Amino acid sequence: MTNADKNRIKDKMFGYFGMACTFFGIFMLLIFLSDIVISGWQKVDFDFLSSFPSSRPKKAGIYPALIGTLWILGLTAIIALPIGIAAGVYFEEYAKKSKMANFLEINLANLAGVPSIIYGLLGLQIFVRTLNFGTSILSGACTLALLILPIIIVSTREALKAVPDSIRQASYGMGANTWQTIWHQVLPASSGGIITGIILAISRAIGETAPLIVIGAATYITYIPEDAMSNFTVLPMQIYDWVGMPETPDGDYKTISSAGIIVLLMITFLLNGIAVFLRNRWQKKVKW
Amino acid sequence: MKRVLMICAIITVLTTVGIVWVLFSESYTFFQHVSIWDFLTDTKWSPVSTEKHFGILPLLSGTLLTTIISMAIAVPMGVTIAIYLSEYAPKKFRYYIKPMLEILASVPTVVYGFFALTVVTPFLQNYIPNLSGFNALSAGLVMGIMIIPMISSLSEDALYAVPKSLREGAYGMGSTRLQTSFQVILPAASSGIIVSIILAFARAVGETMIVTVAAGNMANLTADPRETVATITAFIVNMSTGDVPQDSIEYQTIFAAGVTLFVFTFILNSISFLIKKRFQEKYD
Repeated sequence: MTNADKNRIKDKMFGYFGMACTFFGIFMLLIFLSDIVISGWQKVDFDFLSSFPSSRPKKAGIYPALIGTLWILGLTAIIALPIGIAAGVYFEEYAKKSKMANFLEINLANLAGVPSIIYGLLGLQIFVRTLNFGTSILSGACTLALLILPIIIVSTREALKAVPDSIRQASYGMGANTWQTIWHQVLPASSGGIITGIILAISRAIGETAPLIVIGAATYITYIPEDAMSNFTVLPMQIYDWVGMPETPDGDYKTISSAGIIVLLMITFLLNGIAVFLRNRWQKKVKW
Repeated sequence: MKRVLMICAIITVLTTVGIVWVLFSESYTFFQHVSIWDFLTDTKWSPVSTEKHFGILPLLSGTLLTTIISMAIAVPMGVTIAIYLSEYAPKKFRYYIKPMLEILASVPTVVYGFFALTVVTPFLQNYIPNLSGFNALSAGLVMGIMIIPMISSLSEDALYAVPKSLREGAYGMGSTRLQTSFQVILPAASSGIIVSIILAFARAVGETMIVTVAAGNMANLTADPRETVATITAFIVNMSTGDVPQDSIEYQTIFAAGVTLFVFTFILNSISFLIKKRFQEKYD
């Protein structure tokens, strides 16, 4: 066998190895999903969605957690979207190549890497205690809004970057000022990318557990939150609570935690699916 | 209008200021009771026991242990996948497989914790008899799986940015794809790949729910992956759910732990940012 043959074999081997690695992750995901579906699927029904948690796993449900998740989702979006998009526009369209821009950039890169639990400590001290919102939906939503702000800003900037300069120049040529150009030309042209980023950011917020635990959200709630100042729980926290429970003779917690996970994953996958769909459509439609 | 937009951008700065202020002012109170020297050198961490110890080392070792295990999985696999997808795989394959890998990164981490605790640990216990119910090994392994797509997609971007002429040059000299990848492309993209690894490392250090659920909550100065450990993040979660009175010295420990975590990830993020800046300038 010549050296060239050996090299060709090595090359082929690495190709197979690479393919195996690629499938390994997906394979683990499949094992995991099937394990969850097998142990939890029979429990996912209307009763599960509409019952309150209970000390008896057989009767327990996720109603307050589901409503809490919707509350948090809505309020987080209301707070984070306008601020995030506006900041993204400022970064990309106004603050180019200045010392200030450079500083903002470094700051943003660091914020994006701050662990989510640190945001929890921030929320605990600022929203829960200093501003006296207490352990409320408002505190939780403010905390998560700060957490997803860097994600929204970065994706908004990416979307704005994709709009070619010729559009801006044409608008200026017609006598529009910077803001008119952004509002009438750049934002509509980049809306697909911005929306995709927003959906991904929100799906990230839905899965967050740690910051909400730190601000003191409850794990056991037997009522439905009435307004933004109510105490609350969310799906991932409910799941975390059940995962930690010991087995009981009266039905077991693995079944209900699996069932809770199925509902949580359905929501996250749905949002991610919509995001991927929009991204593909947007990329196909817009060819500059 | 520019003013309004600028105020929104400045909120990001205020967030950073808020984080730094909260962490440092709260841990200042803590460090008035516990000397920084004890905090950094004491080998025991038992803030709620009768005999109190405030040594961060056991939490730090727990954090590093789970992080290193996860990196041992994620770095070789992630980089291999990146090379495979950018240099070997057909375009169509890449188009379908990438969204599937992204799913791995979109699963909430509490779900991964459940997976580690109820599937991976019982499975590993068949082969490793001394494995505790809560252990660093399965938490680290599952965290590694979660981080794979992060390394693979950032590294693939770096590989993709390598000019085509380098590739063509290597092929023209008669190199195989393997030789081209490892001797030409990988060195050329090395800074981008290092950035992806550092970011993944920072992510693993700050990851909370997987280690809280699956690695346990026992501050334990050990390098044995079979044992129960507590990470910095897991400690903060457990302290927050416990019934320790607020404003007590025990409660202040979560901010001392938080500041350690923040400084750690801040250094990692800054290094990666500096490398990235330099790398961009080189190609522009």
